[in-house]
Amino acid sequence: MSPDKPASGDKALSLYVPEPEFRPGDTPDFSDAPIPKAGAAPRPEIDVEASDIRDLAYTIIRVMNRDGKAVGPWAGLLSDDQIKVGLEDMLRVRAFDARMLMAQRQGKTSFYMQALGEEAIACAFQKTLQPGDMNFPTYRQQGLLLSTDYPVVDMMNQIYSNAADPLMGRQLPIMYSSKENGFFTISGNLATQFIQGVGWAMASAIKGDTKIAASWIGDGSTAESDFHSALVFASTYRAPVVLNIVNNQWAISTFQGIARGKAATFASRGLGFGIPALRVDGNDYLAVYAVSKWAVDRARAGHGPTLIEHVTYRVGGHSTSDDPSAYRPKEESDAWPLGDPVERLKNHLIAKGVWTQAQHVQARERIEIEIAEAQKLAEKNGTLHDGPHSTPASMFDDVYKEMPLHLRRQRQEAGI
Amino acid sequence: MARMTMIQAIRSAMENTMERDDNVVVFGEDVGFFGGVFRCTQGLQEKFGPQRCFDSPINESGIIGAAVGMATYGMRPCVEIQFADYVYPGYDQIASEASRIRYRSNNDFTVPMVVRMPTGGGIFGGQTHSQSPEALFAHISGIKTVIPSNPYDAKGLLIAAIEDDDPVMFLEPKRLYNGPFDGHHERPVTPWSKHELGEVSDEHYTVPLGKAAIRREGAEVTILAYGTMVYVAEAATQETGIDAEIIDLRTILPLDLETIEASVAKTGRCVIVHEATKTCGFGAELMAVVMEACFYHLQAPVIRVTGYDTPYPHAHEWEYFPGPKRVGDALKKVMEAA
Repeated sequence: MSPDKPASGDKALSLYVPEPEFRPGDTPDFSDAPIPKAGAAPRPEIDVEASDIRDLAYTIIRVMNRDGKAVGPWAGLLSDDQIKVGLEDMLRVRAFDARMLMAQRQGKTSFYMQALGEEAIACAFQKTLQPGDMNFPTYRQQGLLLSTDYPVVDMMNQIYSNAADPLMGRQLPIMYSSKENGFFTISGNLATQFIQGVGWAMASAIKGDTKIAASWIGDGSTAESDFHSALVFASTYRAPVVLNIVNNQWAISTFQGIARGKAATFASRGLGFGIPALRVDGNDYLAVYAVSKWAVDRARAGHGPTLIEHVTYRVGGHSTSDDPSAYRPKEESDAWPLGDPVERLKNHLIAKGVWTQAQHVQARERIEIEIAEAQKLAEKNGTLHDGPHSTPASMFDDVYKEMPLHLRRQRQEAGI
Repeated sequence: MARMTMIQAIRSAMENTMERDDNVVVFGEDVGFFGGVFRCTQGLQEKFGPQRCFDSPINESGIIGAAVGMATYGMRPCVEIQFADYVYPGYDQIASEASRIRYRSNNDFTVPMVVRMPTGGGIFGGQTHSQSPEALFAHISGIKTVIPSNPYDAKGLLIAAIEDDDPVMFLEPKRLYNGPFDGHHERPVTPWSKHELGEVSDEHYTVPLGKAAIRREGAEVTILAYGTMVYVAEAATQETGIDAEIIDLRTILPLDLETIEASVAKTGRCVIVHEATKTCGFGAELMAVVMEACFYHLQAPVIRVTGYDTPYPHAHEWEYFPGPKRVGDALKKVMEAA
């Protein structure tokens, strides 16, 4: 029998390689995509069993309807003032991103990653945490820090690797670290932080503390084995952790289907571990807040982990090193059915009669000026290419708590 | 004082540190109720409860990744990888995470974590229970790598490792767990109760990381060894009658450069012995250190005696294992060279 011919009657096998629906040149059309109505999803008690809320892993929990009204059992958790703060947080992220993207294009730093279109997720989530809680973020959760009192100018100093960079010029831009603000040092490796957050939460439980952790991961890196590690540890030890998947549809040029073959939702992976899994409209600030608050309260009450899939769309490139027009239609983000998180929250406040377009423009301009002023301050401390930086000798510091002999010798040889 | 096996000494180190600091937790595969496949954690769960010593899922990246997270919270996890051969799924968490978190966060977060793992051959473990991966750790800056050769050091070094504020890989030569082993597998096993380094205090004490021990002073040749190979070197020295100075490195990173350099400068000859494979093994680094610092003192080329660059062959354990005959031949060769 010839090895390259199937035996009679047997069909030759072929490998299924998923492809996204639309490539450059196609007209994106998401009219078939099932988008559940706002307010339709039930809101269970926080001590629920995963098996009793299976449907929440397959739907999309939404609060704001097309008219900008907040409806259903997940609505009504935030005051008007709190919502306005949320809107300003998102505007701050957007203004910060625009400025830093431009700074990279101007050659002031090597690299930048924006969160365009995803601002609601980190900004709303941060508001559910308490001081002392710890995020284990990916590189696209700048909204977590920008929703706290962490100095914007220090984020910029880090991006510029300048003389005032809190990380001494050791890290790629945007890999911030702030224990004080509950923001774990970003790795740049993918998924490693997802299990670390679980370990941190286990430590909190072992110590009888009241703090919780939040781990973050993208749709693409759920394929990493550390995603599985995190779920099995979180489930086994009922760790007080919220496991966040930000599904922005794209992992650089690879569509989300390559991480799951369209077989199921990312959220549904929690169900096999008995972890309650909720899928939420990531462009709906109020829905993200409500679902995150539910999960945070659940963790803090000792009921264990929750897996949240935030459904969103990465409007910008993966990073400044990426050109998405090479692999997806330029019109795709406009066609994306969940809209823009800033516009949606603005429309909600206007529909409520507590906000106007004029106030919105005024707020945006004020925030843009704040960011521009912070940038001026940061640039006084230097930029990547023009300096100044930390002293070169400092590169040998902090590899260990105490510098061993071989590093002392290398520093001496370097003559710095 | 009592005579202890290396297993008992390691357990005693964990017990002492767990008593002194409730941030010390122990977890890993089978380490809880059962007490570990080599019994190193026996009794710890009973004494300290299941929140301080517990079984983990079979997931090395999870064990080490969770330990990294715990350490950044402020605890001092001491985790067990059942065999060093199984550490590779957790290697990313060691090489990319634990090792760099202090540096990349400018001391905002640190990782005081110990990863214990039985290493080396001599027990007919085949290619998945015999490996010596120490060079893969020594290549990574930001972690320390320790390999004790006796119960006294094992306890003192493990306590020092647990109390250290940086991550430590702690490789336990499993063939030494119950007694010193010089490679003469045909002879009866010597227990630690008959060896002076089996004398171990119940009390807390430390042996400093980064300091080698001179096991035998000698004038003619320096042998650089660690773990099981210390005893092989002793046997080879005795059998050849060559006056070798035997240095037990104990910590391979940070390396005790000064002790090595002073010894080779004195003897003018050097033989390096390890069980791990030869190419890019830690012996290559040791040889480079000696050549850079002691070239003009050398009277003969430096020789490495190591495992061969093959997987660890089950049936050919003793042809693979660098025993006293091979080490003795190397000693004679460096003596004959000049």
